[in-house]
Amino acid sequence: MNEEIKKKNTRLVRKLLLIAVAMFGFGYALVPIYDVLCDITGLNGKVESQAVKEIIYPIDKNREITVEFITSLNEAAPMLFRAETKKLKVHPGEYYTVNFYAENKTNKVMKAQAIPSISPGLAAEYFKKTECFCFTEQTFNAREGRTMPVRFVVNPDLPKQYKTITLAYTFFDNTKPDNTK
Amino acid sequence: MSAVVDEHDDHHHDDHAHGPEKGLLRWIITTNHKDIGTLYLFFALAMFFVGGIMAMIIRAELFEPGMQFVEPKFFNSMTTMHALVMVFGAVMPAFVGLANWMIPMMIGAPDMALPRMNNMSFWVLVAGVLLLASTLFMEGGAPAGGWTLYPPLVLQTGKALPFAVFSVHLLGISSIMGAINIIATIFNMRAPGMTLMKMPLFVWTWLITAFLLIAVMPVFAGAVTMLLTDRFFGTSFFDAAGGGDPVLYQHIFWFFGHPEVYIMILPTFGVASTIIPVFARKPLFGYSSMVYATASIAFLSFIVWAHHMFTVGMPMAGELYFMYATMLIAIPTGVKVFNWTATMWKGAMTFEAPMLFSIAFVVLFTIGGFTGLMMAVAPTDFQYHDTYFIVAHFHYTLVPASVFILMAAGYYWLPKWTGNMYNEKIGQLHFWLSVVSVNILFFPQHFLGLAGMPRRIPDYAVQFADWNMISSIGGFIFGASQLLFLYIVIDTIRGGTGEKVTDEVWEDAHKHGLEWTLPSPPPYHTFTTPPEVIPTEHI
Repeated sequence: MNEEIKKKNTRLVRKLLLIAVAMFGFGYALVPIYDVLCDITGLNGKVESQAVKEIIYPIDKNREITVEFITSLNEAAPMLFRAETKKLKVHPGEYYTVNFYAENKTNKVMKAQAIPSISPGLAAEYFKKTECFCFTEQTFNAREGRTMPVRFVVNPDLPKQYKTITLAYTFFDNTKPDNTK
Repeated sequence: MSAVVDEHDDHHHDDHAHGPEKGLLRWIITTNHKDIGTLYLFFALAMFFVGGIMAMIIRAELFEPGMQFVEPKFFNSMTTMHALVMVFGAVMPAFVGLANWMIPMMIGAPDMALPRMNNMSFWVLVAGVLLLASTLFMEGGAPAGGWTLYPPLVLQTGKALPFAVFSVHLLGISSIMGAINIIATIFNMRAPGMTLMKMPLFVWTWLITAFLLIAVMPVFAGAVTMLLTDRFFGTSFFDAAGGGDPVLYQHIFWFFGHPEVYIMILPTFGVASTIIPVFARKPLFGYSSMVYATASIAFLSFIVWAHHMFTVGMPMAGELYFMYATMLIAIPTGVKVFNWTATMWKGAMTFEAPMLFSIAFVVLFTIGGFTGLMMAVAPTDFQYHDTYFIVAHFHYTLVPASVFILMAAGYYWLPKWTGNMYNEKIGQLHFWLSVVSVNILFFPQHFLGLAGMPRRIPDYAVQFADWNMISSIGGFIFGASQLLFLYIVIDTIRGGTGEKVTDEVWEDAHKHGLEWTLPSPPPYHTFTTPPEVIPTEHI
């Protein structure tokens, strides 16, 4: 193989390796791109993780939305977790408070984080919470159980086709930093 | 095996100053494209049988409802490992092996552009596959969450998880090195007069495949690295508790995964486009449209990934976009199918084993393509998603397509590689047993899927019993038939029918490709001076 071809090969290999490295980076770039896209479009049932200020909305007494509350535990987290209200008919614009009960079933201090999800996903941006136990990590003493409120309002701008909104919470046991057993 | 090939190379040893090394060391340190091609092909054949044994375990367990032979966890490991071994151990290396053997001979180059890297990419592949196989013996078993390695399920894998992740890294590095080598060879090593638009289609399809590999293997490596850091280093890419999202993994995975399935099918198209004209005794119909169709398919593969995840809760606009974009792929693919048909139209066809496998590929791949269109329709996909219907679909596009074409390539080029003719009678028997049994194996899975049988389950409702039994019987026949292929390969290397083949092997093949102008078997070094006449019958 003559020198000229060798040089050409080296140049080409460098370029191709650069593409490969760039694509490795692109894989990671997909992470923020995904979050931004979900944020802009309000897709995926991603819910605001901070409390919103209590704004006064006009209350639409003619419209009734069913809000369902679902609870679950991730990977058999050693807890009790239930919604005290399973289902509620609400008027858009009116504020409601519902209670959830969670209990640490272990004899050790437990840190747990509740992750909310709303479906249908596109309704998520119209569901506003002014108070929620999901905004921060919760610490439970051994065997401690407590009732935690969620205060929410459904924005009256909610498009007409939505008649039912489901709010699901999953509690994750964060006591150990990773899941290795 | 090496002893057999050594013998045959010793025969030529006197004629050439730079013959191969003697003994086993030859195969470890070789930088010769033919030797490395042979290594890849044998490795792929071995992995084809390893993955095949896993498939046999799956079909045996599914022969009847209820648990028969294996634990559910092990069953799930089998479905996962079967897929990984077949994709990364069998089909991809087999095509790299063909590329190594054929691309230099097809474009009139003395060897691959980067011979040492070529050797390294093979041995890194072996290390990757061995690392993957070692997970079978680890505490907690091999990965069992499906080959897509979706979190959070895959994070429940025992000790095997980091090994599986590093195995994917090695396989990725090997593929990328192989791809870079192929691109450099094609761009820089072509004989004078071999312009891009005169290259055989096998070379074209591999060029495009190589770019796909470089573009997506690193993305997959990134995705599994995120799994690793999520599990061991406290990151939360896919962990909802830390603000991550498991659906993100699916997006990243399928951004890799959809081009990946074309990495396995584009070289298949290339081999089919090489074989069909020779046995139809006509030039390929629509050469340039084949090139453009291949490029279009490659481009489209990057923008359709979410059709694998219609049921994750995408908005209507997303479902519609991915549905229409996916259906677009039918156009360039249709161009190819019609071109192959038109090539055969009024051709003076003969039906030797390579042609039979190629014709079966055209017909059966089209069935796989049609079921693909059915699943592209987002609303109907909700019914098919994660059922045996999708299993039937992608097995139609992989087994009677990629695997059949690999068999066809074996029959087509074995006489060139060895200088001996394979046993046509056994080849025909192998074909007919395979083509009948593959349909008994996979066609009933369409019915099972439509009736609602989920994939990746070791036990099922009794309503699915009959078709599963038929499918398993087809599977056992198909599996056993492949031993015939193994026999033929070994027999041909050892002398085959005893008939010495001519340089062109197949009638007028020298008009279709440079490799047929070389002696059979070709000497250890070929085209050390570039060829003068470029065959153009394939265009």
